[in-house]
Amino acid sequence: MPTTLLIWLIPLPPLLAFGLIVLWANRSPRVSTAVAVGGMALSWVFGLVVFAAAVGAEHLGAEPFASSIPWLPLGTEVLRIGILVDPLSAITLFFVVWTCLAIFVYSIGYSNFGKARDPQDRPGLPPHAGGVEPLYGRFFAFLSLFAFGMLTLVLSDNLLLLFIGWEIMGLCSYLLIGFWFGKESARKAMVKAFITTRVGDVFMLLGIAALYSFTGTLSFHEILRSPDTLNALAAAPSGVLGLSLAGLIGLLLFAGTVGKSAQFPLHVWLPDAMEGPTPVSAMIHAAAMVSAGIYLILRFFPLLTVGWHPGEPLTTTMLVISAVGAFTALFASTIAVAQNDIKRVLAYSTISQLGYMVAAVGIGAFVAAAFHLVTHAFFKALLFLGSGSVIHGMEHGLAASSKNAAQAMPGQGGPAGQSGAHAGHDHVDPQDMLNMGGLRRKMPWTFWTFLIGGLALAGFPIVTAGFWSKDEILSAAFGTHTLVFVLLALAALLTALYTARQIGMTFFGSPRSPAAEHAHESRPVMLAPLVLLSVFSIAAGWAGIHHEFPVIGGWIPNWFEEFVAGALAAHPEATAFALPPLLTSLVVSLGGLTLGFLIYRRLPRGAVDPLARWLGPVHTLLRNKYYVDELYAAVVVRPAYWFGETFVYAWTDRKVIDGVLHGAARLVLAVGAWLRHWIDLLIVNGFGDLVGGATKGAGRMFRVIQSGRVQAYLAAGLLFAGLMLSYMLLVRP
Amino acid sequence: MIPLSWYLLLAAALFCIGLYGVLGRRNAVAVLMGIELMLNAVNINLVAFWRYLTPTVIAGQAFAIIVFAVAASEAAVGLALIISIYRQRSTVIAEDIDLMKW
Repeated sequence: MPTTLLIWLIPLPPLLAFGLIVLWANRSPRVSTAVAVGGMALSWVFGLVVFAAAVGAEHLGAEPFASSIPWLPLGTEVLRIGILVDPLSAITLFFVVWTCLAIFVYSIGYSNFGKARDPQDRPGLPPHAGGVEPLYGRFFAFLSLFAFGMLTLVLSDNLLLLFIGWEIMGLCSYLLIGFWFGKESARKAMVKAFITTRVGDVFMLLGIAALYSFTGTLSFHEILRSPDTLNALAAAPSGVLGLSLAGLIGLLLFAGTVGKSAQFPLHVWLPDAMEGPTPVSAMIHAAAMVSAGIYLILRFFPLLTVGWHPGEPLTTTMLVISAVGAFTALFASTIAVAQNDIKRVLAYSTISQLGYMVAAVGIGAFVAAAFHLVTHAFFKALLFLGSGSVIHGMEHGLAASSKNAAQAMPGQGGPAGQSGAHAGHDHVDPQDMLNMGGLRRKMPWTFWTFLIGGLALAGFPIVTAGFWSKDEILSAAFGTHTLVFVLLALAALLTALYTARQIGMTFFGSPRSPAAEHAHESRPVMLAPLVLLSVFSIAAGWAGIHHEFPVIGGWIPNWFEEFVAGALAAHPEATAFALPPLLTSLVVSLGGLTLGFLIYRRLPRGAVDPLARWLGPVHTLLRNKYYVDELYAAVVVRPAYWFGETFVYAWTDRKVIDGVLHGAARLVLAVGAWLRHWIDLLIVNGFGDLVGGATKGAGRMFRVIQSGRVQAYLAAGLLFAGLMLSYMLLVRP
Repeated sequence: MIPLSWYLLLAAALFCIGLYGVLGRRNAVAVLMGIELMLNAVNINLVAFWRYLTPTVIAGQAFAIIVFAVAASEAAVGLALIISIYRQRSTVIAEDIDLMKW
């Protein structure tokens, strides 16, 4: 089979699975699982075959696998859809199929496949005692549609198809965040996520329109591989803030990334998106969807950096991008330090790591950004799935401990003292890290895999993938822009700190709640993806070791750099190796980890966070996420509600529009009454009545002569005959 | 020869007697008889006009014959009606037979 045909086929099995589940299989968990996981596995196989072919191909960047068909004729133009696999798509495809497959398999266990349905569970609420998820089929259908969107986006050869995949994922994100729609917080989070990303998407659409109106094409290859087009874009003034057209379009597309990849100031939706089931958090909000934003700016790297050469000062567009990225990286990591919800910490760490990648693109480090994109997808998916396993274990522990206390079953009667504690159990938040502790012994598999993911996130030296990719970004920043470097280094320190804090609070010390005491390890079907992802979290880094790295540099060829750099027309110089960023990287990573571990290693039961004691009001500020949500509520949301309720509804709608309508209605009624009174009743009815009345009167008048007497008729006949005769004989002649 | 006007006067007298019988008598049978008188008055006129004015043409006599035939059939139908009404209503008084009024 030709490779291009295979590429066309990659996104289709999940779409088919979505259709099948929605139409026929949504009542059967067994069939849903088979169809969804089978579809994803098929995509995975195709994806890996294509990846292998791409790796084996010579000059893939200049001659990518591409094929397209005409799709939408528009006047004289034809919009084409097609597929493109160049080095960038290939590596993205690689991590997308792996993480998606891992998440699909994990979801089987997470949704309690094979367990009996708990009669107390309601659709739209999480199963609370280990019963099978009530909307099991729907969950897998949405996951499949999501995978279809992501694969479409990655394999697309033009911006339009990419945008379609982008929006499909936006929809799936909305549906899956609100999957437990019985919770009000989930409903709010889904709307928030949808609307916040929409802000970025509108700008992105403007960018697409501007690009199309100037170049007449949306194909990546025609725009980004053609120096003429890029130079023409760079030379044309946009008339906005003195930017060139290339700069403006770049910033508009970047706005899409800001929304999708949750960069400041549109980052607020991502932490709230943790209301969804944990596999969703892993898939959409760590591995795949937020990566799409980074993929977009990596894809448009030639456009964003047009006119810039390594060693020169950054252009305005690049400055904006790197500033947003670096600021977001630090900003989000400070918030993550003060969060207690295990998933929220990871959410802010995702924002922060995405900020790293954005900053890397902003300073022109294409390969480093792509590298971090890949490694981050693996270890962040691992961390999210691990946290899901922890939460699952805690929920089981919660159910077990309340059952022990509530029902004194024969032979299993709990101690009398526990029933008093039972009232408190219902309010135990299974996601709050203050309620955890000591899970290392209860959940060893989860612990070790989570540890690997956490160390990768913190950039633990040499062993983990995160170290290599983060180090590469730091060294690129070191040579280019000092402020960005400082911000990113600080963010890396905080990253190590909150990672150690999270692992310490969750797994070390002694259990701080009955739920943690009763927690138990998850099922093998959930653990297998964790093991798989932890392998990648370590091994993915070996593909990109800098060849000048002390001691081990050069042992393994820097394959990643060579392969991915081929995606650019102008092959960039490999970043020069320098010692200071490496030392910085080592110090912040190890320092942060050690500090965090020392503080949070054994937090006693009922303790407050030590950081809260030391930082005081600053900690409050961090815990409340700099009050950005409150600021948006005051500046945007409440005015919008006011605008909607008071201005649009009460004033415009009720007063103006309704007033006009009621006025018109009253006018018409008045005209109708007048017409009825003067035309209908008087003239039409009068005429009708007149005809009828006259006929009736005439009949009444003439009926007296109808006497029924033959002789009277004869007499009358005689009379008239006589009169007629007289007239004819006497008068007429 | 007896002048034509005598015949006409006789016919007019006969017609008036018949008319009086039709309008003035209450008995339906008598009314029918009045009608016969009027028809015969007309016959006298027809025959008289034929004899005095157009004796060469047979039309006057033929017309008189037709009037006889009509008078005979009219009498037959009229009497049958009167008998039928009598059976229904036990009366032959023309004033009482006033079903066909409003």
